[in-house]
Amino acid sequence: MKSLKNHISLIIALFTVLFSVQIYVAVDRTIEAYENRLKNDYSIIVVSNKTLSAAEFKAMDSIIERSESIATDQVLERLQGEMSKKNLDLLKLTLPKFYRLYLSRFPTPQEISKLQKRLQKHSSIERVEGYAQSHDTVYKLMLLFKDVVQIFSISIAAVTSLLILKEMRLWQFQHAERMSIMALFGAPVWLRSAVLFRLAIVDAIIATIVLCLAFFIIEQYGWMDLLLRTVGISIELFDFVNDAVRSLLIALGVSIVLTLMIVIGNEEEE
Amino acid sequence: MDKVIIAENLSLSYKEFETIISKASFAIDAGSFVFITGASGSGKSTLLKSFYGAIEPRAGQLMVGGVKMSRISTSKLNFLRRHIGIVFQDYKLIKEWTIEKNVMLPLIISGYTKDISSSQVQKLLGHVKLIHQSGKFPLELSGGEQQRVAMARALAHNPILILADEPTGNLDEYSSQVIWNLLEGANTQLKTTVVVVTHNIPSSITVPYKHYHIEMGNIHEIA
Repeated sequence: MKSLKNHISLIIALFTVLFSVQIYVAVDRTIEAYENRLKNDYSIIVVSNKTLSAAEFKAMDSIIERSESIATDQVLERLQGEMSKKNLDLLKLTLPKFYRLYLSRFPTPQEISKLQKRLQKHSSIERVEGYAQSHDTVYKLMLLFKDVVQIFSISIAAVTSLLILKEMRLWQFQHAERMSIMALFGAPVWLRSAVLFRLAIVDAIIATIVLCLAFFIIEQYGWMDLLLRTVGISIELFDFVNDAVRSLLIALGVSIVLTLMIVIGNEEEE
Repeated sequence: MDKVIIAENLSLSYKEFETIISKASFAIDAGSFVFITGASGSGKSTLLKSFYGAIEPRAGQLMVGGVKMSRISTSKLNFLRRHIGIVFQDYKLIKEWTIEKNVMLPLIISGYTKDISSSQVQKLLGHVKLIHQSGKFPLELSGGEQQRVAMARALAHNPILILADEPTGNLDEYSSQVIWNLLEGANTQLKTTVVVVTHNIPSSITVPYKHYHIEMGNIHEIA
């Protein structure tokens, strides 16, 4: 019963580490998806006195993914009744070209400013509108969200580390006697600590299975997915192959390091 | 005659400037039965500890089973300990293991197969009259029974040397007799060297033995 209690304590601690890592990964995925959405919605308007090709825009800055010409026909149609055909044709010839530039990723405010300057240096470009103000607000909000999640994850990691350290001391205390008796009969270190490593590996596997189950249940209920869809984001909260393997590796890493610390601590005491 | 333990000007201490054993020189023959006596705190247990490498010589030389004990490497010490059987006053049994597994410990460490280990353990548990208790845990047994288990464990791997630290210190007469019989049996039948640290040499001992006494940090043989 006592041993089961110790197992559960370590499994809970490991599960908490894995869960916080997975939440961080999921938030990162959400932010990435949101960035992608913002990137698709975001564009820069460029006014040029001559026709510019997509290749010319791309040559100006590698962040430019594609360009789209903004049709001026609608504006000219509205002026048809107010101007003579001759003036309208003249206006058509002198009217600048409007372009909408789409970027390969969501830029930082500094990148927008740099890009604007670079575009303005081009002889044929007359004006660049980066909508920096609205972009800046969204971007800062996103950064704030990222920071909050990061602080939250670090806090969880710190608390969990304390839990694991406490667990480690308990293990050290519990197994020290057995390990020292085995040492008196000439057992090599690997044999003395074999039980500890076995326990650590089993607990790591159990913690990973519990994590997979937890995310399976979350996905089955679908409320998280629904919540994300309401803001136009669709992501995979838990990839049952890659995320499970990564979580298992983290759990094994943490528990093996923990066991090694106990073993080394025990060696030093001897 | 081969010497199992050779000490030359051996000094032992836990702290600097606090010598427990001072410049002791003696040799223990292979196959002999040796008693080391002395008052409480005289250093007899410390001397025994130095034989299994729990304490390193402060000065002088100590050889056990042909192995130099000063600055001994872990692998060499482990190898040596696999050929020594130790009996402690406080038994040092692994509480979470059954009696059978406790006795099996030296065999597991030496890499014996399960079949060989099991038959050896059953035989030894028969000798210490605890065969019916093999599935129990140490804390379910009396002190005397626990020491008999510890004795069986010390004999399990047919060691060249048995070191016993006050093996019958807290035991009843029956358990004490079983322990002495086993130690004598190991010495006479298996030619195992036996070194016993004790307050009093039991009168029931029938084997010829050597007697060393420790007083004020000095060790001398009593004829």
